[in-house]
Amino acid sequence: MAQHILFLAHVAEGANTLTKASHEVLGAALKLSSQLGAHLTIGLIGHDVAAAAETIAAAGADKVFAVFGPDFATARYMSDAAAAEAICRSAAADLILAPASSRFMRVLPGVAYRLNGCADTHVTSLEALNGELRATRWYYRQRIEAVIRREPRPWIVLLEPGCEAAWTGTPGPVKLEELSPPKLTARTVVTGIRAPGSDAQTIRPDADLLFVAGAGWTKKQSDGKTHVAQAEKLILDFLRASGSSLGGSKSLVDQTGESQAVLRFMTHLNQVGQTGSTPRHPKGLSMCCHGEEPHVVGWRFINERRAVNLDPNCGWARGKADVLYVADAFEVLANLNALLTPLTQTSLEAMTQKA
Amino acid sequence: MTNGYHIVVCGSVVPDPLQTLEPVAGPTGPALKNEMMLPAVLDPWAAHALYEAANLATKVVGSKLWLVSVGPKAKLQQVMMTIAQRVSFELVPVDASASGFADSHSTAALLAEAIQSIPGLDRTRLLVFGGWESASRGAGTTMQLVGERLDILDQFQGVDQLNPQPDGSFEVLERIEGGRHQVSACSGPPLLLGWATGNLPEPRNNPQVGMANMRSVMPALQRAKSVPLPVGGLHFLSASPPKQRRQTRVVKDLSSEQIAQEIAEWIGK
Repeated sequence: MAQHILFLAHVAEGANTLTKASHEVLGAALKLSSQLGAHLTIGLIGHDVAAAAETIAAAGADKVFAVFGPDFATARYMSDAAAAEAICRSAAADLILAPASSRFMRVLPGVAYRLNGCADTHVTSLEALNGELRATRWYYRQRIEAVIRREPRPWIVLLEPGCEAAWTGTPGPVKLEELSPPKLTARTVVTGIRAPGSDAQTIRPDADLLFVAGAGWTKKQSDGKTHVAQAEKLILDFLRASGSSLGGSKSLVDQTGESQAVLRFMTHLNQVGQTGSTPRHPKGLSMCCHGEEPHVVGWRFINERRAVNLDPNCGWARGKADVLYVADAFEVLANLNALLTPLTQTSLEAMTQKA
Repeated sequence: MTNGYHIVVCGSVVPDPLQTLEPVAGPTGPALKNEMMLPAVLDPWAAHALYEAANLATKVVGSKLWLVSVGPKAKLQQVMMTIAQRVSFELVPVDASASGFADSHSTAALLAEAIQSIPGLDRTRLLVFGGWESASRGAGTTMQLVGERLDILDQFQGVDQLNPQPDGSFEVLERIEGGRHQVSACSGPPLLLGWATGNLPEPRNNPQVGMANMRSVMPALQRAKSVPLPVGGLHFLSASPPKQRRQTRVVKDLSSEQIAQEIAEWIGK
């Protein structure tokens, strides 16, 4: 049974607030504290954590530990590990909850080793049953779901975003206890963030819809020719009109490395599936993708699924989508774009070009 | 870099992604039904790490490449038949479970021990590579634990690019949220990188490379000691495949305009 729970968070990159995922984990930490009668401590890391601490003052933590300063502004293993270790040791918690951000995913398993504890990532739920903590997570890329418990303590659990309701509360004053981890000579410097231009940004984690393009977009169409330029235009128009996030099948993103005709905005970062990402969006729409099992495991957390494919026997038809439309994706998407952006006829023009 | 790098790639075997996986109860926890019968492949992210390592080793004269792999000997042998044809490496096998249900802390201990046992490994030239996650456990914790055990504090996860600089330093691109990359500069080895997909295509099979590799791979496999993997305080209360199966409505008789209209209404709900 956990007697002391630590909620560990870092401020959002380039800001002084906590992320939505952090608020979700705080909600989970408060729920568990209440169920187990455990003490809750908060630990914060970042360049400036004062404003972030005030936003969660109403959570009612016993203590709020903080490691802050310019050394902790960016996500770097050495400094983040030292900061997290200092907070965890001061909090002496047996359960440490943190959001599964890229920053914490990089560093907290190593911190668990330093604390002689253990770490579990990608946890989708954590519950206390008869005083026993149980975590649920997926194995074999979302193909087997398991419930686990751990004996070693502290147990660091990184919760996936979107699995708990985000905690909200009134901001207020909070007393921070600053900790100073040992000074280390950093050999690594974070020099910046490389992102596609705002008009070329196709990955939108907060979008309501995931649009997945398959390799069919670059294959020969009914006229015996490929229409990659039209496909690019149709897809980009749709992303712009719908605000959806773009995913791709492995076979499509791999074409970049195989010198085939490619969609220029499609990279391995877009890849969804067994060897790609498992994004969380309420809805997913697939076009020109066969819906084979290695790809569809990446759809595990997409609730409503529809697909457009010329093959009525493709994988989507076998219980993997709610609706499969047997149709030409070029035509459907052109019409869809026209409906979503009635003032512009660009997609239909692109379709006319193809015809 | 005049003497080249000592690159150690950690990577194990996973069931072929096209296989159906069914959990069954084993003596120490869950296992996969007919696990030893399932065809295996090198874990996809570890494979990317291996290809990137081989590419770096060929560019920097004097570099050496080891593949440290924890897995059942028979499975390792099967996978080496294909992997060994793609890039040159020296195999350091550890005959132990490669199950996704094994504890990453125990696996990391075996990997770190195997790396430390490599004769002549120079820490000042050491680059430890691996996948940032596996297609089995998918935890993304093993490499960090290996790094801590080897006292490597310059660690990077979700790496897509490693650019050696003329002054011996490295530029590293790591994936972060929102399809972006964090760019870091690291002054030099030792460092540890958990690779995402990188940028390289799968190398073509080269039978000559395979012949050369297998001369050392087979004796290494024969020498590999069988090691039990401790449970490490991890208990599985249940393991099951997802139950959800959808009743797919297959729509064949609508025009593209009608389909677009239906999808637009669905998006707008």
